[in-house]
Amino acid sequence: MAVLIQFAIGLIFGVGLVVAGMSDPAKVLNFLDFAAIPARTWDASLAFVLGGAVAVTAIGFRLVLRRGQPVFGTAFHLPNARAIDARIITGPAIFGIGWGLAGFCPGPALTALGAGTLPAITFVASMLVGMIAARWLAERQTTAASLTGA
Amino acid sequence: MVETEFAPLAALAGGALIGVASVLLMAVKGRIAGISGITVRLFPPYSDGDLAGRAAFVLGVIAAPLIWLLVTGALPVQTIEAGLGLLLIAGLLVGFGSVWGNGCTSGHGVCGMSRLSARSFVAVATFMTTAAITVYVTRHLV
Repeated sequence: MAVLIQFAIGLIFGVGLVVAGMSDPAKVLNFLDFAAIPARTWDASLAFVLGGAVAVTAIGFRLVLRRGQPVFGTAFHLPNARAIDARIITGPAIFGIGWGLAGFCPGPALTALGAGTLPAITFVASMLVGMIAARWLAERQTTAASLTGA
Repeated sequence: MVETEFAPLAALAGGALIGVASVLLMAVKGRIAGISGITVRLFPPYSDGDLAGRAAFVLGVIAAPLIWLLVTGALPVQTIEAGLGLLLIAGLLVGFGSVWGNGCTSGHGVCGMSRLSARSFVAVATFMTTAAITVYVTRHLV
C-alpha cells in the first residue's frame, strides 16, 4: 500500500513538472537567460513554479509536522545539517553549471526519460554516474575523517 | 534558442502540484521529496529498507509524461537543444553536484526553502548564479 501511494506521489510530482512546463529544457534555459530580459524573450515561468511549490510546501509542512509521525513510519526524517560548509557551495556550483549547459535538473530529467528519447537517456545515464561518484567520494571522505578523528 | 511563452498560471498550478507531492511524501513517509537524494539511494549501499518506496516514487515521476499522453493525446513539449556530448557532460555535473551538495532544485529549492533552511538558501543562490553565468556564456559570449 505504502509503495503504491509513493508511486502516486511521484506521479503527482512529475505531472506538476509537466503542467509547469519544466519538463521542457528550453523553458528552463529561457528563465536562466537573464540577459534576454531587455529583448523580452525572457521566460519568468520557473520563478512562478518555485514560488507556487514553496508556498504550498511551507504551509503543508507546518500542518504535517504537527503530527507525531508519518502515516507509514515512526519519525519524520528532516535534514539536521546546519553548517555552511564548502560542500554546500561547491556542490550547487557544479550542479548549476550542468543545469545551465542542458537545462535539465534531476526531476525534469526523469520526466524526460519517460518520453524515451536518446538525449534524455544519455543525460540520465550520465547523471546517475555523477550521483554515484559523488556519494562514493562523500562516504570515503566521511570514513577518512572519522578514522583521523577530524 | 527556441522561444517559449511565459505562462504564469500553468507555472503556479504545476508548482502547486509539486508542492502537494512534497507535502504528501512528508505526511506519508516522513521524507523530503528531493529527487537527487531519492534517486541516488536507488543504488547501494542501502541504509534502510525503503528501496521499493523510493523506486515507486521515481517510477511515478518517470511515468508522468505517459499519463500526460493518455490524457491529452500528446507527449509534453520537450526541446533539447544540447547535443549528446554536451548532455553527457551536463549530466555528470548535475548528478555529481546535486549529490555533493545534498540536494537540487527540489530538495533545496522547494523543500529546503519551505523549511527556511539557511543551507538551502545558500545552495539555491549558488546554483542559480552558476547556471545563469553558464547560460550567459554559452548563449551570448561563445
